[in-house]
Amino acid sequence: MIDTFLFVLLIFMIVGSAIAIETKNMLSSVISCGIVGAAVSVAFLMLGAPDIAITQVVVEVLILVILIRATITIDNTAIEVHWDTFAVVSSLIFFGLFLVFAFLAVQDLPRFGHPIMKVSQQYLETALQKTGAANVVSSVVLDFRGFDTLGEASVLFVSILGAFVILRRHGRKRRSEEDTEKVGILSEEEIREDYEEFRE
Amino acid sequence: MATKPDLMMNDSQKGMTLIVKTVVRFAIGIIFMFGWYIIVYGHLTPGGGFAGGTILACGYVILTLAFGKDLALRKMSDMAASIIDNSCALLFVLIPIVGFAFGSFFLNFPPHGKPFNLVSAGLIPLYNIIIGLKVTSSLFAIFVALSIFGRFVSKLVEEAEEEE
Repeated sequence: MIDTFLFVLLIFMIVGSAIAIETKNMLSSVISCGIVGAAVSVAFLMLGAPDIAITQVVVEVLILVILIRATITIDNTAIEVHWDTFAVVSSLIFFGLFLVFAFLAVQDLPRFGHPIMKVSQQYLETALQKTGAANVVSSVVLDFRGFDTLGEASVLFVSILGAFVILRRHGRKRRSEEDTEKVGILSEEEIREDYEEFRE
Repeated sequence: MATKPDLMMNDSQKGMTLIVKTVVRFAIGIIFMFGWYIIVYGHLTPGGGFAGGTILACGYVILTLAFGKDLALRKMSDMAASIIDNSCALLFVLIPIVGFAFGSFFLNFPPHGKPFNLVSAGLIPLYNIIIGLKVTSSLFAIFVALSIFGRFVSKLVEEAEEEE
């Protein structure tokens, strides 16, 4: 029952991705990308993982808003498609090779719902008495595997730092006393002055 | 919501229409409360710092979209967002280091308390709150940096092209 539902969701996701690639309008492309996230969230809910489902659906909403707000004003001209025979033939060959090897590899995977690792069973049995947290996912993420969460948090931190560095005001180093100027969002007048300078 | 209503409603030039503003005024408190519930009850019910923090960031994004950037930046400025982000990242490294005094890194050293109570599970609720604050501030900072800054510059470019 759940298997057939997951297959329906997978087909839904593939159709959504194809629409997102093929459509000319940027807004409808971004919205079609949201199909994938929503379907993944429903799939997690069906598989009994409400923690991941909540996170997925909320992040998807936020990403959709950010993408619409950030990309809708960008001027995008549709790229003309040239039919390159070599590219089409080679990509078909590589896709066929990928299918063959993926089929061979999937044969060796454990069956769906039957994991090999026994450590997860250990977590389920002893999480409550070892950590005192009623939510087993929380106890695994923040206690048993806290080091992984530390890595995740540092990845988030570094990516935010990189975005702020890229989007800051001045790309070059300043040598005057204005060097202490804060990095961040400017008032409209400051942006206008900067833009006038840039145009000259 | 410490802001006076006239600050939010009368400035009809900024943001969206009156209908959107009214709905957001009613919904925003519930959104923030739900986000904090997801964070604080993360060790008891599904959810946790990441999901709740994203909900809080969505609340700030709704404020930005409905009332314009001035009100949202008054609630949480980009400087405040980066300060909260940095200090929470530092705390998330420092608190596990305290565990060295009791044995090992990332040790859950406080007493665990009674299961299914709000104050239980040692350090896990604290970690949830730290991660929630960090995710809130960093996602809102990204939204501000990407949308407001880029949008205004592209508007300027359009204006300049029209003049030419």
